[in-house]
Amino acid sequence: METLKIIGAFITLAGSVFLLLGSIGLIRMPDVFTRIQVGTKASTLGTILSLFGIGLMFTEIAGKIFLLIIFILITNPVSSHMLARAAHYIGVKKADITVVDKLSEFREKQPENNAQKPEAE
Amino acid sequence: MRIKSFLILTITLFTIWVILNGKLTPEVLLTGGLVAIVVSLLFCRTCEVFTEIRLTPKAVLYSVLYVFVFMRELVKSNLDVAGRVVSPKLPINPGFVEVKTKLHSKIGRMILANSITLTPGTLTVEINDDRLFIHWIDVQGGNIEKDTEMIVQTFEKYLEVIYG
Repeated sequence: METLKIIGAFITLAGSVFLLLGSIGLIRMPDVFTRIQVGTKASTLGTILSLFGIGLMFTEIAGKIFLLIIFILITNPVSSHMLARAAHYIGVKKADITVVDKLSEFREKQPENNAQKPEAE
Repeated sequence: MRIKSFLILTITLFTIWVILNGKLTPEVLLTGGLVAIVVSLLFCRTCEVFTEIRLTPKAVLYSVLYVFVFMRELVKSNLDVAGRVVSPKLPINPGFVEVKTKLHSKIGRMILANSITLTPGTLTVEINDDRLFIHWIDVQGGNIEKDTEMIVQTFEKYLEVIYG
């Protein structure tokens, strides 16, 4: 039982390292889209590892931890997708180093989409 | 096909309820079962996405394989982004690229878009029919075919078998 607790503690520590890197990334990245990228990526693995470690330390709540991990895997990409989409649609400024923007080209060809799109697929 | 989506929804809800409770007493099972059936009956009309899941042995095998592929890509993605963050030069080359998918089902496309968001430096921004617009933190391709090959195909070959 003790060894399981120690392993769990180390996994939680690894998770918090990823969360720390994610926070550093939020400061260093130049624009909103790259920040969303870092916020999604590093925090997903960070949260999953932290929860997994806690699940190893307290095995009686492992089932709930498992459900939490599933819900994070489902909701995390959806929320970052919607944030990025909304940011692009209201015309948030992109970083100067952005090399290509196919989405703007696509939206210019479809003027009816620019006004409002009631249904998000 | 209504029966199938009803069953899938009921079983999913019931499983979540049992895991949340963490015990198997008759009261828990009875309450959970009843509530799961009532909720599924109420919402069954709008949950037709579940009917697109195939339940053949090959699809089930590929679903299991997909979990492992996805986990591998997730870890790779996190290490990749973490590496970029700590590198002093901040090696990013962001841009919005377009890719095409061969998947036809709604749920297949949804899972593909979610998987793309969680994997190396890519983020799905917009989806329009079979065209996906992706923010890529380090643009490498240049045309649609190349981008599709690099971003989509790892997942698509599994999802094609599972959802079509």
